[in-house]
Amino acid sequence: MTNTWQDIKNANLVLVMGGNAAEAHPCGFKWVIEAKIQNAARLIVVDPRFNRTAAVADYHAPIRPGTDIAFLSGVIRYLLETDQVQHEYVRAFTNASLIVKEGYSFADGLFNGYDAETHSYDKTDWAYELDDQGFAKIDDTWQNPRCVINLMRKHVDRYTPEMVSRICGTPIDKYLYVCQQIASTCLPDKAMTSLFALGWTQHSIGSQNIRTMAMVQLLLGNIGVAGGGMNALRGHSNIQGLTDVGLLSNQLPGYLTMPKDEEQTFDDYMKTRQFKPLRPNQMSYWQNYRKFFVSFQKTMFGDAATAENNWAYDYLPKLNLPMYDIIRAFEMMVHGEINGYICQGFNPLQAFPEKNKIRRGLSKLKYLIVMDPLDTETARFWEDVGPLNPSDPSKIPTEVFQLPTACFAEEDGSLVNSARWLQWHWKAANSPAQAKSDIWIMSAIFHRIRELYRKEGGAFPDPILNLSWKYTDPTNPSPDELAKDLNGKTLADIKDPSGAVVLKAGQQLDSFGQLRDDGTTESGCWVFTGCYTEKGNMMARRDTYDPRDQGITPDWAWAWPANRRILYNRASADVAGNPWNPAKPIIQWNGDRWVGIDVPDYGPTIKPSEGVGPFIMNAEGTGRFFALDQMVDGPFPEHYEPFESPVENLLHPKVQNNPAARVFPDDRADFGTSADFPYVGTTYRLTEHFHFWTKHALINAILQPQEFIEIGEVLANEKGIANNSWVRLSSKRGYMICKALVTKRIKPMMVAGKPTHVIGVPIHWGFTGLAKKGYGANILTPSVGDANTQTPEFKAFLVNVEPSNGPEGEV
Amino acid sequence: MTNYQSQNYIRISATTITPPVARNYEASMAKLIDVSRCIGCKACQAACMEWNNLRQPVGLFDGTLKNPPDLDPEVWTLMRFAEYEDDKGNLEWLIRKDGCMHCEDPGCLKACPAPGAIVQYENGIVDFISENCIGCGYCLKGCPFNIPRISEVDLKSYKCTLCSDRVAVNLEPACVKACPTGAILFGTKKNMTDWAGERVEDLKSRGYEHAGLYDPPGVSGTHVMYVLQHADKPTIYSNLPDNPRISPTVDFWKGLIKPVSLAGIAAAAIAGFMHWVIAGPNEAQPEDEDAAEHLIEAKAKSPPPPGGGGKPQRTEPVEPPV
Repeated sequence: MTNTWQDIKNANLVLVMGGNAAEAHPCGFKWVIEAKIQNAARLIVVDPRFNRTAAVADYHAPIRPGTDIAFLSGVIRYLLETDQVQHEYVRAFTNASLIVKEGYSFADGLFNGYDAETHSYDKTDWAYELDDQGFAKIDDTWQNPRCVINLMRKHVDRYTPEMVSRICGTPIDKYLYVCQQIASTCLPDKAMTSLFALGWTQHSIGSQNIRTMAMVQLLLGNIGVAGGGMNALRGHSNIQGLTDVGLLSNQLPGYLTMPKDEEQTFDDYMKTRQFKPLRPNQMSYWQNYRKFFVSFQKTMFGDAATAENNWAYDYLPKLNLPMYDIIRAFEMMVHGEINGYICQGFNPLQAFPEKNKIRRGLSKLKYLIVMDPLDTETARFWEDVGPLNPSDPSKIPTEVFQLPTACFAEEDGSLVNSARWLQWHWKAANSPAQAKSDIWIMSAIFHRIRELYRKEGGAFPDPILNLSWKYTDPTNPSPDELAKDLNGKTLADIKDPSGAVVLKAGQQLDSFGQLRDDGTTESGCWVFTGCYTEKGNMMARRDTYDPRDQGITPDWAWAWPANRRILYNRASADVAGNPWNPAKPIIQWNGDRWVGIDVPDYGPTIKPSEGVGPFIMNAEGTGRFFALDQMVDGPFPEHYEPFESPVENLLHPKVQNNPAARVFPDDRADFGTSADFPYVGTTYRLTEHFHFWTKHALINAILQPQEFIEIGEVLANEKGIANNSWVRLSSKRGYMICKALVTKRIKPMMVAGKPTHVIGVPIHWGFTGLAKKGYGANILTPSVGDANTQTPEFKAFLVNVEPSNGPEGEV
Repeated sequence: MTNYQSQNYIRISATTITPPVARNYEASMAKLIDVSRCIGCKACQAACMEWNNLRQPVGLFDGTLKNPPDLDPEVWTLMRFAEYEDDKGNLEWLIRKDGCMHCEDPGCLKACPAPGAIVQYENGIVDFISENCIGCGYCLKGCPFNIPRISEVDLKSYKCTLCSDRVAVNLEPACVKACPTGAILFGTKKNMTDWAGERVEDLKSRGYEHAGLYDPPGVSGTHVMYVLQHADKPTIYSNLPDNPRISPTVDFWKGLIKPVSLAGIAAAAIAGFMHWVIAGPNEAQPEDEDAAEHLIEAKAKSPPPPGGGGKPQRTEPVEPPV
């Protein structure tokens, strides 16, 4: 989230699109209700289904799964056409005026530079025209046709209301009503908040879904302000923390990136990361990348990371591919290229696409280690559970080790919530039986592996042998010690230019501003610096003081970065530094410095007249309508159909799907067509359950006991399916037999002149736990991910449905 | 479910025992369920199960999101989901938390023949005292909301207690504490009614011209009230009664035994308790029910007598105790 849960109450309009906040985030949803009651906010839901959020909304508009970019590009067109944009904000705080290189073009569904062989773009021309000082050229008059604003206007021109309606299936009157409501927040003192979740990410165009909305928000001046923002509601209590500490194959902690194969030297690596300012006076905060990276290496390797060995740069693995995501990992497993798998707090057999392929992959492993508090389906993937999990254990060589772990309530630690708050929690109970903490288990594995390297050597033992491990109990580091590592400390006395000691050696750091690139500081995750200082554990703070009652509580826990609660909050004030909305100011310029209720996301004494942009991580200091080369599938979002779609792409039939998406040949062969699978399937969660965990809890199992799908009345009548009857739901990849809920809440949508039916598939059931056994929705879903992140396309695929006589065999 | 001596009671089923009148400075309490804020998450159901130690066996899907399928001795509150389309085709998903309404004039208590099995506390909560329950099911007959359920295991009747045990020590009911959106509130009936008024105004500003408070006069009001978007059509909320009234059978018996009631009043006058009378159909035998129903059919639908029998007037305290 750019903003916070509490800040939602400041919104004038809450748009829930690409998520189902009431259903999936019932506790946080209280702030939406608060906005309605205390701020007279309107709540609009755009979703294929009339869902639990829609039940308390002022307005619901249906949309076909996978067409959000078309809808939102249409909104951008509407805002430009009706001139309902926040002009001053757009001119000062976005890249609307900057001039793009001549080489950039877009035609018939493809941007310039496409290579059909590699399914990728040469992005060289997705850049600004630079002057001789290396700064982006600008035209404040917006006369130049290659100004970003003009290129954007041209790009979205095809998304007329009629076209949007034909693609999305949203009736024109409903679509235009939503446009009007969104446009009403272009006034400087009005804000819309965008609440989204997996409904946007789980598409082959997931990242661009989100970007399109961010562009809408920039046009309306809704980023950085109270009640505004792009607010990703994270799906797991600590999935934000997972992202922050870089638990992805291509990431290092704090959004640093893994070196690539072609970056063999530290200098190569740094060349593309220390962004120089693209406009005069800009902060371009990534200029400090080297400080963050060197401090990280010092935490990892201690004294072994020196200036002489380039801070142990060679110890880091180098990526030979963009990333090793889950889809690739299981593709490799199926082909025998991965032989062992450590599965920590994850249940791939249930959670990953194409369950049958996942089981095939696991069946080829030599060993599988499952660390989990629960008896997961993945740990029992070999078990023959009839049609629910057909398997022949006698033919599976995989040795499975189950290491029961403590759950979060059985240990101290911190969780990072959607609002980037690191909140400390305290152990509430002992773990049952032989369960151990993840820290204890990982430490034990580490010590044994290090011992093996010590005794037997190996191709390159140095990184393991030199890993810094200075904990009081090396077999079980305490959560406090690990948190202090992430925060960072000084390794020598730190002096200012005059030679005076400003920080003594061994001192916990207060802020990432203190980090050095000379090896005198260390920090495991620079964005967390400040969470555990000499003053103690800042994450454990519990003061509800809220100076303006705007939902900003600076002394409750600690938010990264720098305890900042609202990102880009410089943009909450106009060019002169006065709040756009005087009733809900965040920070403002008082003549000497920036003051207010939040930590400025800006230099605290930078004068407004210096023209430093509020988007300090971007080299040009502005928000981007044109994304330069940061997205693999285009600098502007474009509507591409899901890989399984009931219609051809109305905009460019020859470029049906995201041309930059990676699809493995076997997976492509497993895509179905609308001739065999005429209906659109979409998967989702229900309030009563959390993923595949709570079916192990009795009360949750009672409250939602059995697998079912949701199907509209019209389709049910066509197919002769009665409510609460058995159905067989199938895709090219598998089938499930379950009960049908026939509902008025899903209606056919007219897409390209044809009625299109959506079938909803809740995900929660499997073959372990206390609830009734089920197949699990991912027996149906396709193995293809977002072109940028490889997040699987769970939200739009093709299925068929037929009445059924009920379960086959024992269920 | 609790020992009824933990709170002042004002009515006891099937008995002429006079409740004490001292220590009566207690406010009338109410739970307000704002349907327009409810997201149907069932946190209230989970909290009810946890606080009251209720666990139904894991059941089966029944064609709705409602689970378990119905109220039950182990299910004291239940979200009911109704898909409602108006004549213009506008869809609404009306989610109502069902459970005991804690009527001011409780039909269950009036109908109950077992002395002390059903009581009403001064704060308005209607509670079942299990050890006195004989499992006859008359309470279900007397209830205009179809709430109590008889256990097949111990043949006793069960329903929501409004967490009388929690309320007795100044805690809100468990469902209120668990509700994430503030759709369930608890306080004095006056405060809840006032707040409901504000909510109704907000709903009217959003186009729900018939928004209103459900506090049905047919049972002299309830201590569980709803804010409804369509107060003119309660039945669209999973058959919430338009105008709930105590079963005519129960009221008929009250009429028949009026002389007995009068005698009771006379006795009370002699004792100096002119203002307090409890009368019930406790003399009625089960086999008389059928005969009574025939008589009622002949008697057509005469309006029910107002209010309950012999309930004392009470003074509202100035400060709410919770």
